[in-house]
Amino acid sequence: MDLFTIADKTFSSRLIVGTGKYSSPAVMVQAHEASGAEMITVAVRRVNISDRTKESLLDYIDMSRYFLLPNTAGCYTADEAVRTARLGREAGLSNWVKLEVIGDERTLFPDNEQLVEATRVLVREGFVVLPYTTDDPVVCRKLEDAGAAAIMPLGAPIGSGLGIQNVNNLRIIREFARVPLIVDAGVGTASDASLAMELGADAVLMNTAIAGAQDPAAMAEAMKLAVRAGRLAYLSGRIPRKLYASASSPVEGLVGR
Amino acid sequence: MRITLNGDAHELAGPLTVTELLVRLDIDARRVAVEHNLVVLKRELFDRTTVGDGDEVEIVNFVGGG
Repeated sequence: MDLFTIADKTFSSRLIVGTGKYSSPAVMVQAHEASGAEMITVAVRRVNISDRTKESLLDYIDMSRYFLLPNTAGCYTADEAVRTARLGREAGLSNWVKLEVIGDERTLFPDNEQLVEATRVLVREGFVVLPYTTDDPVVCRKLEDAGAAAIMPLGAPIGSGLGIQNVNNLRIIREFARVPLIVDAGVGTASDASLAMELGADAVLMNTAIAGAQDPAAMAEAMKLAVRAGRLAYLSGRIPRKLYASASSPVEGLVGR
Repeated sequence: MRITLNGDAHELAGPLTVTELLVRLDIDARRVAVEHNLVVLKRELFDRTTVGDGDEVEIVNFVGGG
């Protein structure tokens, strides 16, 4: 079994999926099942006090089957993110957090300075911190030094579906990373997920690519297979790239020569 | 009394415990986290924490996200 461990938890699926943007809870449930994911992300938001008729997200998540990873999406300062992480811990009763500290509204790029600071604070408080960051090797190293349990560089902006934009940065991060490397955000289709895994990512996290597809359950299955295929290709050791051809069939014994 | 609940002014009879507040708001305590005057409460403190006039309370739950 090709297992994957973060902190004290071991997973057999290397695909982590979100719960946002689905057209209905039923569609989400089907997609989650098809994805084979064992860890799913959720957001922490104020309860709607005036309208209590809305169903709870947790009504649709089998907690015995999925491990919940609360995020701090939408937070713009380390303080806000720390506060949200503490609330998420109490709501979910686990000390894991997908840490996001956003620095810019249009790109949703992280504010890495605040992110490193929030990581330090939360690690000190006993959290298992999985920070979402840019594909910057220096920042990833700082996050590791701050005690992050994994590093989660983006492939492209959140929800953009642009795919892996900087293959070489991810290769560099792969070389030095001592904690699990999870490519988080930017995946648009299955080949993007495969590429991330072929580069040596330990896992891929995505939401929009599945939730926004015309058939989310089918795309979730495609992603499951793509992550598995990319992982196998990485472990298999690909051939070197060569500029010229090298024949697959024997060059001896050709008829008429 | 008047409290600030999820950012909005809210009038209700009080003081009361967090558990009583959640019952009054028809909120399942097992599904939410509560912050009282900027301190996140452990669930076991809901019965013992009193919300009084002028207090700030945040009640959050999980929603869909990535």
